Amino acid sequence: MKIVVCMKQVPDSETQIKLAPDGGGVDLHDAQFVVNPYDEFALEEALRLKERFGGEVTVVTMGGDKAKEALRTCLAMGADRGVHLNDPAFAGCDSLGTAGVLAAALRKLEYDLILCGKQAIDDDCMHVGPQLAELLDLPQVCVVNKLSVAEDGTSAVAHRQIEGGSEVVSVTFPAVITCQKGLNEPRYPSLKGIMGAKKKPLDEWRAGELGIDPASVGAGAAAVQIRQFFPPPPRSAGRKIEGDPAHAAKELVRLLREEAKVV
Amino acid sequence: MASFKGVDFYNVSDLFSEEELMIRDTVREFVEKEVVPIIDAHAQAQTFPMGLIPKIGELGLFGAHLQGYGCAGLNNVAYGLIMQELERGDSGLRSFCSVQGGLVMYPIHTFGSDEQKERWLPKMTAGEAIGAFGLTEPDFGSNPAGMLTKAVRDRDDYILNGTKMWITNASIADVTLVWARIDEENSYGGFLVEKGTKGFSTPQMKGKWSLRASITSELVLEDVRLPAGARLPKTPGLRGAFMCLNQARYGIAWGAVGAAMSCYETAVNYAKSRIQFDRPIASFQLVQRKLAHMLIEITKAQLVCWRLGRLKDEGKLRHQQISLAKMNNVQMALDIARNARDLLGANGILDEYPVMRHMCNLESVNTYEGTYDMHTLILGQDITGIPAFT
Ligand SMILES: Cc1cc2nc3c(=O)[nH]c(=O)nc-3n(C[C@H](O)[C@H](O)[C@H](O)COP(=O)(O)OP(=O)(O)OC[C@H]3O[C@@H](n4cnc5c(N)ncnc54)[C@H](O)[C@@H]3O)c2cc1C
Repeated sequence: MKIVVCMKQVPDSETQIKLAPDGGGVDLHDAQFVVNPYDEFALEEALRLKERFGGEVTVVTMGGDKAKEALRTCLAMGADRGVHLNDPAFAGCDSLGTAGVLAAALRKLEYDLILCGKQAIDDDCMHVGPQLAELLDLPQVCVVNKLSVAEDGTSAVAHRQIEGGSEVVSVTFPAVITCQKGLNEPRYPSLKGIMGAKKKPLDEWRAGELGIDPASVGAGAAAVQIRQFFPPPPRSAGRKIEGDPAHAAKELVRLLREEAKVV
Repeated sequence: MASFKGVDFYNVSDLFSEEELMIRDTVREFVEKEVVPIIDAHAQAQTFPMGLIPKIGELGLFGAHLQGYGCAGLNNVAYGLIMQELERGDSGLRSFCSVQGGLVMYPIHTFGSDEQKERWLPKMTAGEAIGAFGLTEPDFGSNPAGMLTKAVRDRDDYILNGTKMWITNASIADVTLVWARIDEENSYGGFLVEKGTKGFSTPQMKGKWSLRASITSELVLEDVRLPAGARLPKTPGLRGAFMCLNQARYGIAWGAVGAAMSCYETAVNYAKSRIQFDRPIASFQLVQRKLAHMLIEITKAQLVCWRLGRLKDEGKLRHQQISLAKMNNVQMALDIARNARDLLGANGILDEYPVMRHMCNLESVNTYEGTYDMHTLILGQDITGIPAFT
């Protein structure tokens, strides 16, 4: 089974968000970067399917030079090959632009299954997986937390998390599946995996190699333009209601009703 | 609580390769997720977290610096970084790995027969077999050459008699490397004694205030009959034991930095958030002095470790250089742990924070693998050419 995992390098979830002085972006100078956690579920699932069916796991990422570190982490975890879509023209892509670049790369790769995280934890759009499926004209199942692949490896039954329950969907491959927490427990890279990662193929593809016109991607071509970033308003201090419990409770209810207007 | 980011004032990370850093970060994350949440309960209960052993085996941390037999074949710097991160979690966990890799797998790898290597190394790498190292005796600690445990040849067998004390892992070990004097050869040998061998018992020692999440045992050997194949054939007498200790001491030098970083990080965070006299205690000069001192000592120790590791990788390391690093780094870590404990006030004695556990652990680390003073004497002899041991 040939599986492609789409992966994004994102700031660690503990990064303190600092805004760039002009408000036009986030200053990530001091941030530590990691593999997007939902993409780790995708990779783990891919590795397990490879262990079961044989085949090959390729990880594709679009990102600047630094993203190579995240690809190496994936190779250390057990992926066979990395593809780095790295071109200054890609900078500032919106989600549709990103999906377009990934689709161009996938047209050059062989696959039976494409696995993505359900969302990237930095911009939280949840767009790229579904858009990629549309661009490649593939079926998609999103926010999957259980995946049972049939014996012959050509279809699967996927459980999707929906409001208040789950939805069970069957899908034939090739397909795009976006992965949710609960799907599996991602492994740590083993020491041997880390030592072997450098020896695995890691290709770098630019716009030209993907047949993409640089003017059609990146910030300039984005359909969605980010106007401004601003922090949430600082929280004001709480209020303490003094007095004996019976009185305090009465006062609390009054405030909830009259001031906060929630009861 | 935010996860551990390490302490790196001098960008020492820039001195490590991409692989070395990836190994460090992998072990760091493992410790954060698998060790930190459970270790205090184990220390309180005086139990070793047995569930970690297969996971550590899967990661490949046991004997990671050895070649072949399923071992990862890392360089010594990467191995050191692993020890640092493990001891950031707990010295008992690092002790387990030091004993397994440095004191049992290393001698089997270096002095063992092919049969012994095949039998033990793959299993020990995977964490499917546990090892222990029995050198110290009730009456012979710093001076192991005086040991009373004896091996006497009886045709094709050896018969061992004696008592050992303070043996890490022994009660849970599948194989214990027991050191014994062999009078007829006027030398010493190392013997692999398997769990369940007749006449061999390993009562656990209780009542420790230190390394509580680590098993420590006595060894009792009463007419233990071993086939000649149980002896490590290529052991160069007691020097073999010292070669093992050098491996483990090397790892301790790095490990101590991990424990110190944990205490420092805890102290900094606490000082910034604890308000007294209407201000964070971090705003008082005396507190800042303590924090600055911790950072200085950690930074120096990190550079000592880095250089020590590179010397070892280049094959240029002298054992006296390990002595300097072991004694210095453990002393500085103990010092930092005590200061951090003080800085946290009453909270410093609770298991909600790691400092008191580290502080108590480091008392053992200061003593085992050659006490601070014994390493002082080793350096003293190196400086002056005059041994002052007796
Ligand atoms: C938790 C724990 C785990 C251990 N695990 C193991 C293990 O797995 N395997 C093993 O074999 N051993 C183990 N040990 C034993 C450890 O290696 C010994 O405790 C250590 O070598 C010191 O020996 P001792 O305790 O007999 O102290 P002693 O040798 O009695 O020393 C007592 C004091 O006297 C000082 N001293 C001794 N000789 C001199 C001298 N010539 N000049 C100046 N000062 C001197 C020492 O520095 C020390 O301060 C462990 C110990 C502990 C605490």
